[in-house]
Amino acid sequence: MRALLLFAQSIFPFLVGVIVLWLVSNGLSGTWAIILMVAGIDVILAVSLNVVNGFTGQFSIGHAGFMAVGAYTATKITMALRDVQIAGLPVGVSDQVIFFFALVAGMIAAAIAGLLVGIPSLRLRGDYLAIVTLGFNEIIRVIIENTRFLGQATGISGLPPLTNVTWVGMGVLATVVMAKRLVSSTHGRALLAIREDEVAAEAMGVDTTGYKVRAFVIASAFAGLGGGLLVHLLQLCTPKSFTFIKSFEVVVMVVLGGLGSITGSVIAALGLRIALEGLREFAEYRMVLYALLLIVLMLARPTGLFGTKEIWDLLPKFLRRRAEPAAGGTP
Amino acid sequence: MTQPVPVLDAKKVNMQFGGLRALADFDLTLLPGELVGMIGPNGAGKTTAFNAITGVYPPSSGDVMLCGERVNGQRPHQICMKGIARTFQNIRLFKQLSAIDNVRVACHHGHKAGFAASFLRTAAFLSDEERITKRAQEFLEVMGLSHRRDSLARNLPYGEQRRLEIARALATGPKLLCLDEPAAGMNASEKVALLELIRKIRDLFSLAILVIEHDMRVVMGVSERLIVLDHGVTISRGTPEQVRKDPKVIEAYLGDSYLEEKHIQVPVGGA
Repeated sequence: MRALLLFAQSIFPFLVGVIVLWLVSNGLSGTWAIILMVAGIDVILAVSLNVVNGFTGQFSIGHAGFMAVGAYTATKITMALRDVQIAGLPVGVSDQVIFFFALVAGMIAAAIAGLLVGIPSLRLRGDYLAIVTLGFNEIIRVIIENTRFLGQATGISGLPPLTNVTWVGMGVLATVVMAKRLVSSTHGRALLAIREDEVAAEAMGVDTTGYKVRAFVIASAFAGLGGGLLVHLLQLCTPKSFTFIKSFEVVVMVVLGGLGSITGSVIAALGLRIALEGLREFAEYRMVLYALLLIVLMLARPTGLFGTKEIWDLLPKFLRRRAEPAAGGTP
Repeated sequence: MTQPVPVLDAKKVNMQFGGLRALADFDLTLLPGELVGMIGPNGAGKTTAFNAITGVYPPSSGDVMLCGERVNGQRPHQICMKGIARTFQNIRLFKQLSAIDNVRVACHHGHKAGFAASFLRTAAFLSDEERITKRAQEFLEVMGLSHRRDSLARNLPYGEQRRLEIARALATGPKLLCLDEPAAGMNASEKVALLELIRKIRDLFSLAILVIEHDMRVVMGVSERLIVLDHGVTISRGTPEQVRKDPKVIEAYLGDSYLEEKHIQVPVGGA
């Protein structure tokens, strides 16, 4: 009985999510659905990057590199199995099942890439991770542009349009639930301890290298998920989607929302994406906007919109459902 | 009667930073339940000795034995797991975390449930969390910090931050506790209270404790044995009484002009 209850609690957010998403996707169409999906993918990217940059206090600026790994892996699988139909399933369902496995494969590939990048660079203290991830991002892009198998600079086009609101919504949900449950677990506290004081964390028995690598691998896996979803939305997988600019975009979202705040990342990602849609005519000035945004932010509110707090920490006391959260960043 | 296995046995530990020998042939043996004080003027190598023992800097040469097992060369978190816990001279709490979370981080070892279990919130994970929280609360209670459970560490008053750091170190379940100037910046009565507390901890958890302390009066009152460092060299060791009378200690602290004035002769040779 207790086991059943636990299981129900464990998957509860997803059950509710499926129902809500099904309702939403029926009522949505056209441009708004697309904007919402792109914004949802941004949420996946920002929240997963926040696990590394916000919780663990490391600084990765190559998230798009891991997106690319996930995206190309998923693309290769769905393209190869485009005409395959799983026996006994209708075409639509079969495609969705293949898509699911393609996304999972993309996550695994991105996680492996994260492991390979993380192990050498995370053993060191300091800004090495930023430099290495930046380099990795560029290396991946250059490799893709020079590999015939991956479509070179033109990329792979004609992908089946498999990404829909439900997929993106479930991805967002998985990412947010992952981050939330991670940060309120003992492993999450170890990550926060590393952010707060690496020397002290190590002296208290936290395997700092091991934890940094694990956080990085998890973040990379979800970046791979975001990449897989994005290319099946655009129906085009090209290295131009995974440049440094994309990485920078995600970093801006995380910093804007507040390093260490899950809700902050969600709101910043949604807000920034929707704002950019509104400012479509000025798309060329996007990088200027990011830079300005960061400068203003650093001057006016260096901790980001929410700091390490979650949105419910900022509500007036009588509105809070839960008791006073135990710590900043760990409600 | 056989000699009990020493908790800590440091043998000829050297620490070399380039041309600087910060610690030379450092020897120290701590038996279970012993409370030893380490004193010495600024830059004497006290904290370096701590860093060598806890693995922050691996010693250039020599052995650090913990309960008969060689631990030097291991990473600090491994040494911590083996049973050496420490506090820091300049408090190093996890400032943005609550008091209980600071202690819970230190209770983290022995946690069986992995990452996947924490995502899925399995029964094993939840019971582990419950156990950790309970344990952390006990340590807060011992250090008289229960009322601060949910306050952020950085918002605690100075004395309570010091105590929280000790609670955190205790939560790792050490055999040897190294306290780096736990009474720094406290007034006389606070110091006495803290040292009482340290003695209480020693009896309660039957630990060996190594304390660095500047205040001679305080450290003389609490320690059974003292070790005195100056320029990385052990210049004196023994009971507080012996150390207080040792001319080399007086020289290190007060300068040789003081000795000349008082007509005290410094013997040539090692301590």
